Amino acid sequence: MQPDPPLPTPTRRIGDVILSLEHISLAFGGVKALSDITFDVREHEVRAIIGPNGAGKSSMLNVINGVYRPQQGTITYRGHVRRGMDSHDVAVAGIARTFQNIALFKGMTVLDNIMTGRNLKMHASFIEQAIWIGRARREELAHRAKVEEIIDFLEIQHIRKTPVGRLPYGLQKRVELARALAAEPSLLLLDEPMAGMNVEEKQDMCRFILDVNEQYGTTIVLIEHDMGVVMDISDRVVVLDYGRKIGDGDPAAVRGSKAVIDAYLGVAH
Amino acid sequence: MDERQDTFPRLLLQHARTRPNHPATREKDLGIWQTWTWAEVANEVRALACGLAADGFKRGMHLAIVGDNRPRLYWSMIAAQALGGVPVPMYQDAPAAEFVYVLNDAEIDYALVEDQEQVDKLLEAAPSVPTLAHIYYDDPRGLRNYEGVTSFEALQERGREFDRAHPGWYDAEVALGRADDVSGMLYTSGTTGKPKGVRQTHAAFIAAAKGSAEFDRLSPDDSVLSYLPMAWVGDHLFSFAQWLYVGFTINCPESGETVMTDLREIGPTYYFAPPRVFENLLTQVMIRMEDAGRIKRALFEHFTAVARRCGAEILDGKSVALSDRVQYAIGNVLVYAPLRNVLGMSRIRVAYTAGAAIGPDLFRFYRSIGINLKQLYGSTETCAYVCLQPDGGVHFDTVGEAAPGVELKVADTGEVLVRGPMLLKEYYKRPDATAESIDADGYFHTGDAGFVDASGQLKIIDRAKDVGKLATGAMFAPNYIENKLKFFPHIKEAVVFGADRDRVCAFVNIDVGSVGNWAERRGIPYSGYTDLASKPAVYELIRGCVEKVNAELAGEPGLADSQVQRFLILHKELDPDDDELTRTRKVRRGFIAEKYAVLIDALYAGRDVQHIETLVKFEDGRSGMVAADLRIDDARVTPAEEQKAA
Repeated sequence: MQPDPPLPTPTRRIGDVILSLEHISLAFGGVKALSDITFDVREHEVRAIIGPNGAGKSSMLNVINGVYRPQQGTITYRGHVRRGMDSHDVAVAGIARTFQNIALFKGMTVLDNIMTGRNLKMHASFIEQAIWIGRARREELAHRAKVEEIIDFLEIQHIRKTPVGRLPYGLQKRVELARALAAEPSLLLLDEPMAGMNVEEKQDMCRFILDVNEQYGTTIVLIEHDMGVVMDISDRVVVLDYGRKIGDGDPAAVRGSKAVIDAYLGVAH
Repeated sequence: MDERQDTFPRLLLQHARTRPNHPATREKDLGIWQTWTWAEVANEVRALACGLAADGFKRGMHLAIVGDNRPRLYWSMIAAQALGGVPVPMYQDAPAAEFVYVLNDAEIDYALVEDQEQVDKLLEAAPSVPTLAHIYYDDPRGLRNYEGVTSFEALQERGREFDRAHPGWYDAEVALGRADDVSGMLYTSGTTGKPKGVRQTHAAFIAAAKGSAEFDRLSPDDSVLSYLPMAWVGDHLFSFAQWLYVGFTINCPESGETVMTDLREIGPTYYFAPPRVFENLLTQVMIRMEDAGRIKRALFEHFTAVARRCGAEILDGKSVALSDRVQYAIGNVLVYAPLRNVLGMSRIRVAYTAGAAIGPDLFRFYRSIGINLKQLYGSTETCAYVCLQPDGGVHFDTVGEAAPGVELKVADTGEVLVRGPMLLKEYYKRPDATAESIDADGYFHTGDAGFVDASGQLKIIDRAKDVGKLATGAMFAPNYIENKLKFFPHIKEAVVFGADRDRVCAFVNIDVGSVGNWAERRGIPYSGYTDLASKPAVYELIRGCVEKVNAELAGEPGLADSQVQRFLILHKELDPDDDELTRTRKVRRGFIAEKYAVLIDALYAGRDVQHIETLVKFEDGRSGMVAADLRIDDARVTPAEEQKAA
């Protein structure tokens, strides 16, 4: 029997800025989704983006991972300055994400879904893959081992072979997180990871997010509606409202800010 | 070389010598079954024991063990014993507050636990447990920033160093062990008052393991799935004492939720489960059959009818008509064998159930499809070893004949008394309780009422102290009635009242899985347990069950007066977290009677509706209120004469 592989050394010490967004503006035709937004993300931190519906949170995430190309502004990720970036490059750069409305392959098993997250790390040729020899075989075994580690981490052993479509919503969310983790990202973008969950599922998800952050040192940017959750697990929070940044700082500061309270309680604009 | 095989650590060393490469322990980890041979287990235990010694663990000390069935936790029991210490396995799902009592009672200074969840509970309990000084954990996840707790690996590393510095020390310690040393302390479930620590010796558990192993001809090639709580005496006998005595393989499932899958993958040859597990399995099969296509359903129904007619007789080797034999053989190919396979029971040679009464239909079902399911009788105080059913002598309503080496007699009061090598040494720090339960002749008073029937097997009616009288003077055996009710798949729990009253009334908990499926097929919408339980159609369904029980009771001598006249379906499920059930899921009737006094008054006052608000504890530790207006229904009582006429 092999001993368990050693766990990655704890790396949670908030480091330098790895992602900085400067003066980002994004418009769809006449609709301004984001105007002149500037903030940064530090290595190993949990950074939340909050705001009322339509504030531009998902647009912001889509700008970061290259789905949208902003009309103005620059994005600096680990020293590389850019405005747009295609999705493949984003993935290669070590950025993974989950979606607000789950984007999994419903007919495939949990295991297969998570395996797709290893896509970028597979190097065997098409022929090797097709007849499953040599590199393809070795690679699959190695990837399966990594995937099993994630399954264990997220405690989803019991549904390993279950088609995703048959799972309740909360578990599907967890599978989506698993798939994102399978890419071993250094920056993880989570779009409303707790939407539609009950209290217990939320608590579980919080614990998993913090565990990921602690254990793997993954930097996390998350969008969330549940203020309680955000205040509990984030290191710093950006607040958006109508495409503008109205607050930025640690949870306590943001909670006390008048602009933020107004945005949430509703004040005439 | 030490040839005595009268303590568990010496048994381990003997297996490591005689069959070093035979698998001793398996565990599914990261999706793959990992195997440790006897030689490897012996090494692990050695390192662990030396580690504990290096940390100051001394002879006679207690090691608390908390967690799911993990190989390392089983090994740690042998490690403690090797040092002359006493392992104290504790129920892993108990909240911290319940830990405190046992930790203090057992004066625990060392604890080895599974994971962060258990470490958190121990740390929460620690301020109230002054003796607790050392906490070790198996799974490091989430524990990086914890101070003052030690990982299993670090402990073993310390042990290896210690072993290098003190060669031969471990062997000397093992050689010091005596057969009459206490080998373990298991706590009673606390059905009656506070849990008591039952101290058992190596000799007692080895006698029980030897007797049962010979009775069922267990061999080193047998394989069991270890999935029941380690703190429970049954698991201690089947996954620990017999494991070390016989030298077979124990398999630890990946997690509590994967037991069914793991069972199927391992295909154990020897299996133990309380009746509710068999019941859940059957309920799942039935639910899936109801959703199956028409042809499959027809096949299933036809061949289960054949099996009901002759399956159990074929298993017992009795003579059966040739036509039935042929039909059964066809059924075996088409239905029974695939079904056994789905249940993970293809290889089972011997399966046991105990702990509660098992329904006749349920019991017969498993036997009829070719699974050699038997019953046994025992308790924590008797190493779960008093009565066993022999192959070919199996009845659903008895618990078997006296096991080899056990003397059994029934006192004038109807209480079952037993004597033999498997008896407890004592209750920890409770000489009064010890003196009370073991009489001058060395007989242990089980507290169960029963009698030996014509076939020579013991039949248990109820707890001796629970058998009471109705106001009319007729006998009232509540468990007996509750069990009859619970034999219906729709009824999960039942609590009946009637002692010193003029009639019998009942609380019922429906089984959400089974009744929920029933409701879905009838297009009855419901939002959760409370809603489903209040549906008039569900009351109709349950009334049908109650009336069937009444008809049965009417036909039994002396029990016609015990028919359930009124019942209600509780608005919440009875739960150990709310103290309504014990950790082994036995009903605490007295507590429930106090908690729901309003409902009992309503039952006996003849009211049709009663409002109630109840405080419940959720699994995350928060509390909340559940309120409902409960309906109370009358059930038809079968007159004793009518039953005779029919």
